[in-house]
Amino acid sequence: MAQAVPAGQKWWSGGKSPFNVEYGKLMMWYFLMSDSFTFGAFLISYGSIRFATNGWPNPNEVFRAFPGFGETNLPLVFVSLMTFILIMSSVTMVLAVAAGHNGDQKKVTFYMILTILGGLAFLSCQAWEWTHLRVDEGAWWGVNPFHNADGTKATTNFTNFFFTITGFHGFHVFSGVVINVIMLIKNLRGDFVRRGHYLMIEKAGLYWHFVDLVWVFVFTCFYLL
Amino acid sequence: MSSIETTGHDSAHSSFDTKPIWRTFWILLGITLVELTLATIHMKTEWPSKYVLNGIYLILTCAKAFYIIAEFMHLRHEIKNMIMTIAVPACLFIWFIIAFLWDGASYNQLRNRYDRHYAEKVQAPKEVPAEKPGKPE
Repeated sequence: MAQAVPAGQKWWSGGKSPFNVEYGKLMMWYFLMSDSFTFGAFLISYGSIRFATNGWPNPNEVFRAFPGFGETNLPLVFVSLMTFILIMSSVTMVLAVAAGHNGDQKKVTFYMILTILGGLAFLSCQAWEWTHLRVDEGAWWGVNPFHNADGTKATTNFTNFFFTITGFHGFHVFSGVVINVIMLIKNLRGDFVRRGHYLMIEKAGLYWHFVDLVWVFVFTCFYLL
Repeated sequence: MSSIETTGHDSAHSSFDTKPIWRTFWILLGITLVELTLATIHMKTEWPSKYVLNGIYLILTCAKAFYIIAEFMHLRHEIKNMIMTIAVPACLFIWFIIAFLWDGASYNQLRNRYDRHYAEKVQAPKEVPAEKPGKPE
């Protein structure tokens, strides 16, 4: 549950952080909130357009390929793998944060490396999926080779939204990996040991979990609904 | 700024043991597997109707979001004022989603009502030949 607060604690009388978090971490939270509205606007405009359109392609027919299996019909399998990779890298990130709390520099290094590898694996999966859609299926911004589920011709909104939103999410993953690499380097240099705390790891962690959080919604909106 | 103290953050690691992390991981994995199972059952048997299924997906997605925010991002363990500054603005999403989906649906209805082609197609679906292939192979 929420942190236990001593009765009569005067948070707002000055001298201490009223929210009991460090300044940078609080600002990270507010940044993430604004970012969630950016993603929210994207996904809701996608929903709005989808509600305003009579037909829509069936995601199970569009996303059915798996690397190395050629022309197959494996809906949801590849995207499940991507989801699993991202959840897993979120776990290693929390483990890195927990190790930071215990002041264990070696463990932080270990888990940060795992998190970075998870992020790179996710990006590779996405690169493969985009290449497959672009090269094998001929889908791109403004080009939609897929027909609606009822067989009628679909608008290009489907591919436009798909590439824009997964692209925006993928860019977040990419910047998350860059941030994590910087944190790893700073940890290896011993910056956090000198500082006496690993709050920077926590802030990078918040960002990384946010990326996972957004993927949960992207996964539902594009692959399930 | 660095002199402003935060209590119980640098020293105490009481709330950061790894057990709840793994519990959360299994919950997230489990929910995802349930979603996939439902999707597969629907593909094979058409059994849960698409509307019911979508409702289930949305509830499960919100459950996953809750666990990621509460446990992974540790928000559940912050003090209440802090939680509220995040949770209250996020409530805007409720209006945001309802208003815009409603608007999309109403636009669709309006357009269909005045689109002669659509009206004819709906009234006499047999007359429209299956000129389009189902899907490109």
